[in-house]
Amino acid sequence: MRFVELLGSLIIGFTRGVGSVFLLFAESLKEMLLPPYEIKNTSRQVLEVGIKSVPVVIITAVFTGMVLALQTFTGFKRFGAEALVGTVVSLSITREMGPVLTGLVVAGRAGAAMAAELGTMRVTEQIDALETLATSPVKYLIVPRFVASVIVLPALTVIADMLGILGGYAVAVWLYGMSSALYWHRAWNYLEVRDIFGGLAKAAFFGAGIAIVCCHEGFYTEGGAEGVGKATTGAVVISFMTILISDYFLTAWFLK
Amino acid sequence: MIEIKDLHKAFGAHQVLRGVDLQVQDGQSVVVIGGSGSGKSVLMKHIIGLLRPDKGSVLIDGVDIAKLDAKHLYEARKKFGMLFQGAALFDSMTVWENVSFVLLRSGMRAAEAKQVAIEKLRLVGLTDVEDLMPAELSGGMRKRVGLARAIAHQPQILLYDEPTTGIDPIMADAINDLIIKMREELLVTSVTITHDMHSAYKIADRIAFLYDGRIVETGTPDEIRNTSNPLTRQFITGSAQGPIRIEGLSA
Repeated sequence: MRFVELLGSLIIGFTRGVGSVFLLFAESLKEMLLPPYEIKNTSRQVLEVGIKSVPVVIITAVFTGMVLALQTFTGFKRFGAEALVGTVVSLSITREMGPVLTGLVVAGRAGAAMAAELGTMRVTEQIDALETLATSPVKYLIVPRFVASVIVLPALTVIADMLGILGGYAVAVWLYGMSSALYWHRAWNYLEVRDIFGGLAKAAFFGAGIAIVCCHEGFYTEGGAEGVGKATTGAVVISFMTILISDYFLTAWFLK
Repeated sequence: MIEIKDLHKAFGAHQVLRGVDLQVQDGQSVVVIGGSGSGKSVLMKHIIGLLRPDKGSVLIDGVDIAKLDAKHLYEARKKFGMLFQGAALFDSMTVWENVSFVLLRSGMRAAEAKQVAIEKLRLVGLTDVEDLMPAELSGGMRKRVGLARAIAHQPQILLYDEPTTGIDPIMADAINDLIIKMREELLVTSVTITHDMHSAYKIADRIAFLYDGRIVETGTPDEIRNTSNPLTRQFITGSAQGPIRIEGLSA
């Protein structure tokens, strides 16, 4: 009986949480479409979420490309297919690693900051204050973060794609002495436009997911400083799960 | 005029308000007193439409605030200014941007809005703070900036949530003087919630005692001071002994 009770309350809690996220999402979409538009706040968020994430994204992408080339070169050498390094790197990066790693980096960096900032504003009554000052907090706080994330994630993914492939180049050509022409030939020849755009579409989806999940956690924070801590942890964990799980289903859908 | 009729509100199984009736005439200063957790803040949040009643209504100049759609609710909120307990200043903005928040959002030019902010800050006794960040201010200064922000858009009703809590007694009395000054100079209606009796006697035209989810007694400061109601008596004299029991403590 205890087990059934526990299972039931877990399922109810989960369903309620998901429902609450979708309600906030619907309200954000509504507020996003209604004027006035929060252009100044949105550009500030593009800076916060996007521009300031560039260094981390660069380091992540370069080293991922490098380690992919390293693994593929040594692994594929066993059956004499090391010439395919360029293809493996370009396909893996554009289709998977670029969008997913960018999503995880942004969730850890900017998503955590969103939850902490909104959570602090909630527990110090700044969100109530916005309401009393005739301003919708969803419009003022959540919509700019949502729009910025949806724009910025694909842009960061483009950077990650390019630098990941360059990282692979560095290892394959400079370290293993592969011919530069062969690397590029293999990297480009089997790469299709839809690989890149599929990756960017996933990135945009991750951007939306991160913003709404992290804002939701922050917006409904309860219980002071401890609550803000919990909201931030929750935001990062749920964002990571959202990215990794939705990645599988989006990929399966795109490949159909 | 604010009319609260038979207001009920519960959070889960916890019934907080059990039928509150209260009227505030234009230009009047009503102070709601009550213990911690008695539902004072919940009552105030209903007045400005942050919470919706389970039963009963809050009428502002005859309009039921809970029945307004989002757009009209935000319009109606411009009648109000609210001073929060912790001031609730936006810590990502300077003092003057906080004060002029509504003005800037309704399209006033920055230079002009800053002038208004400086003027409002002077009204609450602050000068040369407009370019500071809220984190650089003391508790009393933060409250005064919060008050300047609450009056910047010239509201007709001011709500004060524990205005004297958490600051020293001299600063608290300065805040009391400011509340009186706001009513006299700006002719606003004000509702204050507090458990500071000194403050209540000083700023109130009428005092209402909230206990167990209902208004137990209302009266002028003198009537409350000389009340024969044992509940009110115990609260205003601040005694742990009496009909009001503190949970977990046996008298």
